[in-house]
Amino acid sequence: MELVYQCVNVLRKDLLQQWRARARLAAVGVFGLTTLLLFSFANGPDTLMLRANAAGYLWLALLLCSTLSLAESFRIEMQNGALEGLLLLPTDPRAIYYGKALANLAVLTVLGVGLIPVMVGLYDTSIPGGVVPLAGVIALGSAGLVAPGTLYSALSARARGSDVLLPLLLFPLVVPALLSSVKATSLILAGDPMHQLPSWLGLLAAFNVIYWSLCGLLFGRVVED
Amino acid sequence: MKNRWEHVVGLFGLVLLLVGSWQGLFLAPPDRFMGDVMRIMYVHVPTAWSTLLVFTMVFFVAIGWLWRGTWGWDALQEAGIEVGVVLGCLLLCQGSIWARPTWGVWWDWDPRLTTTAVLVLAFGAILALRTFVDEPKRRATWTAVAAIIAYVDVPIVYFSVRWWRSLHQVQSSPSTVDGTMVTPLRINAFALLFLAIWFVVRRYRIARKRLDAEMTELEAA
Repeated sequence: MELVYQCVNVLRKDLLQQWRARARLAAVGVFGLTTLLLFSFANGPDTLMLRANAAGYLWLALLLCSTLSLAESFRIEMQNGALEGLLLLPTDPRAIYYGKALANLAVLTVLGVGLIPVMVGLYDTSIPGGVVPLAGVIALGSAGLVAPGTLYSALSARARGSDVLLPLLLFPLVVPALLSSVKATSLILAGDPMHQLPSWLGLLAAFNVIYWSLCGLLFGRVVED
Repeated sequence: MKNRWEHVVGLFGLVLLLVGSWQGLFLAPPDRFMGDVMRIMYVHVPTAWSTLLVFTMVFFVAIGWLWRGTWGWDALQEAGIEVGVVLGCLLLCQGSIWARPTWGVWWDWDPRLTTTAVLVLAFGAILALRTFVDEPKRRATWTAVAAIIAYVDVPIVYFSVRWWRSLHQVQSSPSTVDGTMVTPLRINAFALLFLAIWFVVRRYRIARKRLDAEMTELEAA
């Protein structure tokens, strides 16, 4: 029960920090929007192709946004020894991990949902599967990105070359989550006559279960050394 | 000669590789459908086994470091990751050489190929991580944590051909393969295993010496 209480407090603290630095969050959102725009420039004005690849572009934009928001999540904890202070309170490292991961998840889901109208506008896509299921897939896929991402941001924030290190460690690892998120989003955007959606969501859920438990278990070793 | 046992293991591996490859190239019959192209399997399959075995060793060594914190474990995990990544790169190159005449492409986004590439990249990134961290204890712990997380991909690589409809064929068993083909495959499997052991032990000794020098430097500072 103490763990849940601490976790909720870390979550509240992080969400409050995100709210106070909302100009930065807006800048990350604009970065995501620009990325979506750049994909259409890179591929030319072929509307059919843009529509067919919309899910992939949305998730790549979200993946790039995630590296910015995840890196920030622990960079601020490095200032004035805030992380050490948090550990000395004492706060259970698992509570720090899950609180921060949930805050990162909330931020990334908001960013992802915010990019939906941009995607619809730029790529002329419709959402026959419904906006709510699409938001659900974005939340589940974002959970897959933030589970290892939060642990790696704690690690890279205290290493040299943190800007390079976080994407280098994170990108190969999240390929299964990215792949299943893109497939699930495509099925919601283009329809799912073969009922393939549950199997991709199952893969995403399995990825989340494995990494949320494993990273929570190992996080203490990363911050306590 | 110091550390003679590992050189004996390495030399034995090299001799086995020559014998196995000679058998695979000249004694084993060509495959009914693929012809002589299939002969690359005599090094490709053993390389795959060795890669997965070395990464499995790294996983247990990483747990060993987190549990005991002995410096030998750190040197061993560094050695294992480096040898595993080299073997993984070899595996991908051999696969591409085989895929070109068989599938008509150098690369296909097949689950087995994709998960293997992810595995090599994930462990390769850990080698990069090590170069970015100066403090030895922190570097060892972070390597161990990242190695345990990356290892999750190993069972996915192994079972990917069964879980998804894959272009890559599923694992064969000796009962479904002709005896003249099984023998060179087995010989080369042991050859690659012994060579991998030799590489890991040699790399371990270098890592250990570097670590000792680093410790002496830190104590002097």
